[in-house]
Amino acid sequence: MSVGVLTLGILALAGAGFVLGRKRALSSVSGDPRNLHSLPGYHGQSVALFTAIPALLVMLIWLLLQPLFLEQRIATLLTPADIPDGSSQALVMSDVHRVAAGLDALAAKDGLSEQDIDLLRADLSDIRSRLAGVGVAVGDAIKPGVLTAAKAYRLQSATGRLVMGALALLLAVTGFGWSMRRITPEFRARNVFERFVVALLIGASMVAVLTTLGILLSLVFETRHFFQLYPARDFFFSLTWNPQFRGGSDLGIIPLLWGTLYVSFIALLVAVPLGLMAAIYLAEYAGKKTRTLAKPLIEVLAGIPTIVYGLFALITVGPALRDWFAQPLGLGSSASSVMTAGLVMGVMLIPFVSSLSDDIINAVPQSMRDGSYGLGATKSETVKQVILPAALPGIVGAVLLAASRAIGETMIVVMGAGAAARLDLNPFEAMTTVTVKIVSQLTGDTEFASPETLVAFALGLTLFVLTLGLNVLALYVVRKYREQYE
Amino acid sequence: MNDMTLTEKPVNASDIKITARNVQVYYGTTHAIKDVDVDIPDRTVTAFIGPSGCGKSTFLRCLNRMNDTISICRVTGNIALDGQDIYDKRVDPVQLRAKVGMVFQKPNPFPKSIYDNVAYGPKIHGMTRSRAELDEVVEGCLRRAALWNEVKDRLHAPGTGLSGGQQQRLCIARAIATSPEVLLMDEPCSALDPIATAQVEELIDELRSQFSVVIVTHSMQQAARVSQRTAFFHLGNLVEYGETGHIFTNPSDPRTESYITGRIG
Ligand SMILES: Nc1ncnc2c1ncn2[C@@H]1O[C@H](COP(=O)(O)OP(=O)(O)O)[C@@H](O)[C@H]1O
Ligand SMILES: [Mg+2]
Repeated sequence: MSVGVLTLGILALAGAGFVLGRKRALSSVSGDPRNLHSLPGYHGQSVALFTAIPALLVMLIWLLLQPLFLEQRIATLLTPADIPDGSSQALVMSDVHRVAAGLDALAAKDGLSEQDIDLLRADLSDIRSRLAGVGVAVGDAIKPGVLTAAKAYRLQSATGRLVMGALALLLAVTGFGWSMRRITPEFRARNVFERFVVALLIGASMVAVLTTLGILLSLVFETRHFFQLYPARDFFFSLTWNPQFRGGSDLGIIPLLWGTLYVSFIALLVAVPLGLMAAIYLAEYAGKKTRTLAKPLIEVLAGIPTIVYGLFALITVGPALRDWFAQPLGLGSSASSVMTAGLVMGVMLIPFVSSLSDDIINAVPQSMRDGSYGLGATKSETVKQVILPAALPGIVGAVLLAASRAIGETMIVVMGAGAAARLDLNPFEAMTTVTVKIVSQLTGDTEFASPETLVAFALGLTLFVLTLGLNVLALYVVRKYREQYE
Repeated sequence: MNDMTLTEKPVNASDIKITARNVQVYYGTTHAIKDVDVDIPDRTVTAFIGPSGCGKSTFLRCLNRMNDTISICRVTGNIALDGQDIYDKRVDPVQLRAKVGMVFQKPNPFPKSIYDNVAYGPKIHGMTRSRAELDEVVEGCLRRAALWNEVKDRLHAPGTGLSGGQQQRLCIARAIATSPEVLLMDEPCSALDPIATAQVEELIDELRSQFSVVIVTHSMQQAARVSQRTAFFHLGNLVEYGETGHIFTNPSDPRTESYITGRIG
């Protein structure tokens, strides 16, 4: 029985449970819902939930765990003789999967019965060409061990499915019967449903939390692996970044961090004044019409994909800066430069700063403004002396959020600043950032166990810690500001 | 109303500070103030009373052009301060507000130190030449607002850390620091407890010796206690205006009478 049909069956049972549960609840009070603790609908829902949820949950977990479990069991069937030189167990296992899929296709297309399949012998018939006939390509001639493993795999997964189906159906029927039987006028189906809602909501939030935790753990784990192969002191303090794919590379993070911070600094230098002034204009000066028009327009900037900004940096801003500033000033002749990436990224960050600051300035109570105007202050005096000081912590929070966004940005830097790791003060020089190097260390055909690739995890973790720190700081500052006017 | 003390206080009615003639105020299409004529004397406390929403605050805000900060608000008619039309094009509303100070319903000290709150007005108007002079002004205003003794040891603590009554007196000190000629107060005691209210009322009575004070209040006892003249507003009209004692004991309009005896409001 396929998973889809099974699921449909269980859902149908749950639907029936809803109708019957409602009916039973009503008939238990001879049709007068006022004598029920909970409305009939809640009774129906409780039956439906207890029918469907446990069964579907078991199915889900079973489907997730069965392949892992089978993989292990089948792998023990393979003898060392089945694994050719220069191959690995993982490669052979993927052959096993392919052959198993091919056998399924044979059974479906050629109408081979299970006995026929069981009788297939690798050393007697040419299974490879028969599999090719049903559209499954296998590299070499199939070894007997592989065929045996594939047959075992098919059989065991079929058995697994069968057991799963039976278990799920059993659970659904039991849940149905049990929850039907407990319907009485006093039964608090309403509270049961409430607890279900809570569990559902907790489950949903756990998905995000657990994912974060999982990503963090895998980063930490791989970073430890990296530090076993490459000294941590060199990683953190070496001034050169020079990966060699034959080994013996220098993997110092400092030039990358320098590039990251330099580009982010220039970006903030652009975004903070422009964003802040835009926010002040929108919040304090603009009329209602201008505001409803201009605010979304500025926020559109945040919706432009960063690759588009990257193109813009590569094709327009970079060459323009080189021809108009860098070359006349004798500061270099590179179109990719920290300045290019910084300027373009700054424009990208304007809406982050302006939108948050605008909200924060709007949250400053009107009574502050009235107080200041009432003393004969002009608008700009009021903004400078009353509103900005009152909004400052929140604005700092907005800037920190923009900074963490700048630090994590990749595309604009690849296309605007280049890929050369360099420690230099000249902003018209090409430099690169942590994010760009993570990408370049992982692209290419390299073994995934060398320090040159594993360094990506260490870089990623460093970046994660940096942006997490900034975010925590920003949240702390913003929250502190909120308390001020409670 | 038996506890009301209606002492007759002398009023020099010839000394008119503000004259308003034929004032209309519109919020968009809502006609909030209709045909108001009023003469506000100098060195006197004038109270505006009336039910909620009758336009007391709106009219008060006309007197220092605070309504200019509300975009949909439109004021017509003539309001003159010392004979000079304040809605004249040559009048800078910002300068006007230094001459006509305002204290609001809810204490609204700036998130700055007590000292900087009071020094705010003098600083933006360049009224002092030296730091020492500014110190003097701040001390003087805090003394006149009866707050000096309570805050002299913590002038540089934030103004928001004071109690509600102290905050309101700080706002009064802040308003008188620009040496205004008129002080407008919009329900200055409605957010205060009875003791703080009594302190502020006492202060208002003292301020009368230097300024013309206009106070909006919803408490008729308060109007009776602090004011010499009372104006009763109803649905945007100025119904009755005269000596406080007269309005409370012998109102000539039936609407005034029903309001002060508690039948409308
Ligand atoms: N900012 C505003 N925008 C639109 N209408 C307003 C505004 N302020 C006051 N009003 C209207 O003007 C009328 C008078 O209000 P207000 O002067 O605040 O009354 P009071 O201070 O006597 O309670 C009310 O009907 C109120 O709804
Ligand atoms: Mg009011």
